[in-house]
Amino acid sequence: MAELTLRPNLTNSDDFYAALLEAHDGLEPSEMHALNARLILILANHIGDDEVLESALRAARTSSGHRTNRGEKDEPTF
Amino acid sequence: MVTARYQTAFRLYPYEKVSAQDTGTPARHPVVIVGGGPIGMGLALDLGKKGMACLVLDDHDGVGMGSRAICFAKRTLEICDRLGCGDPMVDKGVVWNLGRVYRQEEEIYSFNLLPEEGHKRPAFINLQQPYFEQFIVEEIRRQQACGAPIEIRGQNRVTGQIQKDDHVLLDIDTPDGPYQIEADYVVACDGANSPIRNMLGLGFEGRTFEDNFLIADIRAKAEFPTERRFWFDPPFNRNETALMHKQPDDVWRLDFQLGWDIDREAELEPDKIRKRVAAMIGEDVEFAIYTFRCCTMKDYRHGRGVFAGDSAHQVSPFGARGANGGMQDVDNLAWKLAAVINGDAPDALLDSYHTERKHAALENIKNSSRSADFLRPRHPAHALFRDAVLDLVKDYEFARPMVNSGRLSTPCTYEQSPLNSADALPDGPSRTRPGSPCSDAALDKGFLLDHLTGDFTLLSINATVPDDANGLKVVPLTTTDDTDGSLATRYLGNNTSAVYLIRPDQHVAARWAEYDADAVTAALHKATGKG
Repeated sequence: MAELTLRPNLTNSDDFYAALLEAHDGLEPSEMHALNARLILILANHIGDDEVLESALRAARTSSGHRTNRGEKDEPTF
Repeated sequence: MVTARYQTAFRLYPYEKVSAQDTGTPARHPVVIVGGGPIGMGLALDLGKKGMACLVLDDHDGVGMGSRAICFAKRTLEICDRLGCGDPMVDKGVVWNLGRVYRQEEEIYSFNLLPEEGHKRPAFINLQQPYFEQFIVEEIRRQQACGAPIEIRGQNRVTGQIQKDDHVLLDIDTPDGPYQIEADYVVACDGANSPIRNMLGLGFEGRTFEDNFLIADIRAKAEFPTERRFWFDPPFNRNETALMHKQPDDVWRLDFQLGWDIDREAELEPDKIRKRVAAMIGEDVEFAIYTFRCCTMKDYRHGRGVFAGDSAHQVSPFGARGANGGMQDVDNLAWKLAAVINGDAPDALLDSYHTERKHAALENIKNSSRSADFLRPRHPAHALFRDAVLDLVKDYEFARPMVNSGRLSTPCTYEQSPLNSADALPDGPSRTRPGSPCSDAALDKGFLLDHLTGDFTLLSINATVPDDANGLKVVPLTTTDDTDGSLATRYLGNNTSAVYLIRPDQHVAARWAEYDADAVTAALHKATGKG
């Protein structure tokens, strides 16, 4: 059974982070959201595992920083 | 007249009139160093220890006061060990390993640097810059007493320079009026606002990034442990960042990000500063606002003029790459300058100073700009991902490497340098490939870098190398000297033996599995700019 990796897994996270920001250079907010949506769909297709994707969605929705700063409750959605 | 531009912390080289001021005929010096900060003094010490005569001209008579560099990295300490002044720095400095990161009121994670074993020096120390400079000057005084040809002239300000065919003519002002000297080479170590650079009409290229920080050095017997604390959006500096670091003598460095559009005078109002500081700790001793840029000159060499340290390149303070980068300039330049002036290497060797150190400066600028972007998002997307990382970091370890509050200075590998020979050690460890700074390693007695003392050296591990191979110093080691395996891991990999040609600045020039006299000769040629 595949498991979502939440431990550091990038060879060079600084390089990836810089490339991610660069991809957004010069975009308007609406274009930014569209880019991120395409990127998520591309990555999701690459992962291709329902359980992993569901875990990722849950992790993104329920991270405690997100709760603290957006005032949301810890409610699993799946 | 030489008016003071800043207050000095220690008066180390008061003005004294020299006979050269009266002769009317300019005296010739092989190397004149303009600027007596850490880079200028470090270069003078390195050259003087090689027996190369050099003259330092500084427009003050001691070490400047004020809150400046406080973080000196392992590579800098290794260079200072080679120069003979590493011990007092490490004895005085503060070593820390634990870092804590806060967001608003809450700690979101902490990290322990857990330094790699088998190194003589810690990853870095915190030490006020005036002490760092003082320890270098004290070592210069000891070397002078042993005959090292170093001269320092305080309150000597360079006011003009003309490059001639075979020398540079310098105009100098002093409290007793002007005089002139000639120099074979001039090295400008005169800081970010380099008067020498301005006299040549030279500027910077590349991206300039600007931000303002309030730095306050607080003397307080605070009960805080010795750790680095970093805040995103803290209650005492909303929407900005803050940093706290411990220095020697119970002094704490506080760093408040202020943003670009600020009223500098209002921010420097003592009441305003006290209010900020009171929200953190104790009484204030001194404070200043600094502005930084990330930029580099196009060329670090202009004929007989060479630029080193902040005069050549500037970085944001994140990651401590300013003074540390400058000390690596010194490390790179001193042996090349000495070899060229002594006739041991062609003039072209000095061009490799530019090639290698500009490569390093661009790497430093890249890393410190990335930190700056994380702390001061320039674009809505930057803010979006920064906040996303901070949202995730408390729960998910994977996000921690993405938090960028400064990547601590590590020395540059001179990839593609014309001085490197092709790697001839099959599957040798990547960290010691040609161009790399030598990794330290623990030996049966002492440490590896203590054996690499500033000459071209052949390091032999389990190989057979004649005593005086190629006229070089040989450091013959075997794996029995390797007490903790660090030598084998860092220098052999899966090989049973290795031979390394190591430059005077402790960078690897070439490596092989076995000794071959012709191969060493060829590599030595290459590493000294002869082909």
